[in-house]
Amino acid sequence: MGNTSSMLTQYDIEEVQEHCNHTFSQQEIVSLYQRFCQLDRNGCGFISADEFMSVPEFAVNPLFQRLLRMLDGLNFKEFVAFLSAFSSRASLQQKVEFIFKVYDSDGNGKVTFNEMLDILRDLTGQFISEQQREKVLTRVLEEAGYAKDSLLVQADFMKIVGNSGLKMEVEVPVD
Amino acid sequence: MSKLNTSNSEFDLDRPNIEDYLPSGSIQEPRGKLRLRDLLDISPTLTEAAGAIVDDSFTRCFKSNPPEPWNWNVYLFPLWCLGVVVRYGFLFPLRVLVLTLGWIIFLSCYFPVHTLLKGNDKLRKKLERGLVELICSFFVASWTGVIKYHGPRPSMRPRQVFVANHTSMIDFIVLEQMTAFAVIMQKHPGWVGLLQSTILESLGCIWFNRSESKDRGIVTRKLREHVEGADNNPLLIFPEGTCVNNHYTVMFKKGAFELGCTVCPIAIKYNKIFVDAFWNSRKQSFTMHLLQLMTSWAVVCDVWYLEPQNLKPGETPIEFAERVRDIISVRAGLKKVPWDGYLKYSRPSPKHRERKQQSFAESVLRRLEEK
Repeated sequence: MGNTSSMLTQYDIEEVQEHCNHTFSQQEIVSLYQRFCQLDRNGCGFISADEFMSVPEFAVNPLFQRLLRMLDGLNFKEFVAFLSAFSSRASLQQKVEFIFKVYDSDGNGKVTFNEMLDILRDLTGQFISEQQREKVLTRVLEEAGYAKDSLLVQADFMKIVGNSGLKMEVEVPVD
Repeated sequence: MSKLNTSNSEFDLDRPNIEDYLPSGSIQEPRGKLRLRDLLDISPTLTEAAGAIVDDSFTRCFKSNPPEPWNWNVYLFPLWCLGVVVRYGFLFPLRVLVLTLGWIIFLSCYFPVHTLLKGNDKLRKKLERGLVELICSFFVASWTGVIKYHGPRPSMRPRQVFVANHTSMIDFIVLEQMTAFAVIMQKHPGWVGLLQSTILESLGCIWFNRSESKDRGIVTRKLREHVEGADNNPLLIFPEGTCVNNHYTVMFKKGAFELGCTVCPIAIKYNKIFVDAFWNSRKQSFTMHLLQLMTSWAVVCDVWYLEPQNLKPGETPIEFAERVRDIISVRAGLKKVPWDGYLKYSRPSPKHRERKQQSFAESVLRRLEEK
């Protein structure tokens, strides 16, 4: 999967499919590759933050900074693995795992109060004061049975957000 | 790739609410008491971001869509090779000849007219107009342009402007062949810039510079002055502000619609079977683009002169612009997207993100109080 060629071989496609646990069909992988090449304008094998930000729909998303950090320097294989949580074939577990990873910024498998506060800050901006944000988060945590200094693990996330109502799907346009 | 700067706040005034257009179907207004789940479940926001990564309506507007290759089997390939020989070996030199001839005739007539008839303005302008229309016809001939004009020809009346969708700089030539418009364009470097400062200047063309934010006020003033003058050539404006790939239209800038005059829409649609006329200025220089056209079989397009529109009572210039964009898009079979073409050169203002943040924040606070 060279940076210079814009052609995927069958081996490449199968390797990528393996890496994302078959959450995308081969046609979808080809489409994603076309998209990857379209975004990677300078052809260096990964999409830079600037290139992501040139997509206005992405740039206006409140979580853009957090996602940019996760997308930084990903090659195509990793890019597809990143998006695999949004496939219709992804399991609920995979989706919750993705959400957990967004929260767990230091990657230690535990989400702290501050990590939750960080995301809440991205989502609400200047429209809630910092104090009020802390109060709101503390209150809903306590009502759900967690102390303010609790460390949430993935299993907790599964319990809290993981139910059949979780909709996190994106359709890959296939020509 | 030049560094993108955050767009100037001036541009914000040009845009109606993007939220009306963006896909947010699955996000319903949440009800009921605020629970931990509602704060931790960021799936709607993530889905929007992933959707934008996978496919977005803005990038689609600037994607070149070359015609499908048809030379892929043993019978068609030799035919295609023959075609290449004809196009490059025969048609191209012939076209270059025609164009050179056109330029010789044009320049040998233009300079005498321009200098000798300095006193006699009316006659000089008339002749210059005719000559510009002539050289544009030569250009069109050099691509074997087959252009069908529909609708009444533009007339020279004051207090009217013409607006058209924009695919390439050749839009200007295609329209100029029929009527010598004065156009408002980005000042270009190189030989195009030279043409702009000499010949096009005499038509009354107005220049702007995208990167100059103060430029806007100056340009608006020049536009107003131009439309007031009865003797000035009809003004042509491309409100998209940038070249789009002839499948979509981006938001129209309101500048043309707040001059207080009649707006005459023009729709242009190129037939892609012959050549993709979209000028992807990021990929090609204008010279390369012209060469590409001159080595294709033909440039086929339709031009529709549509019914003049006026600002309706109670309509804002932005709504007027959107209405005219609708008319043009429907006529030329183009899809509308809610993006400002200038986002090619700058990033969206943080205001849009803030609007989302505000709506979420308000919902959180409201639901906190519910039982």
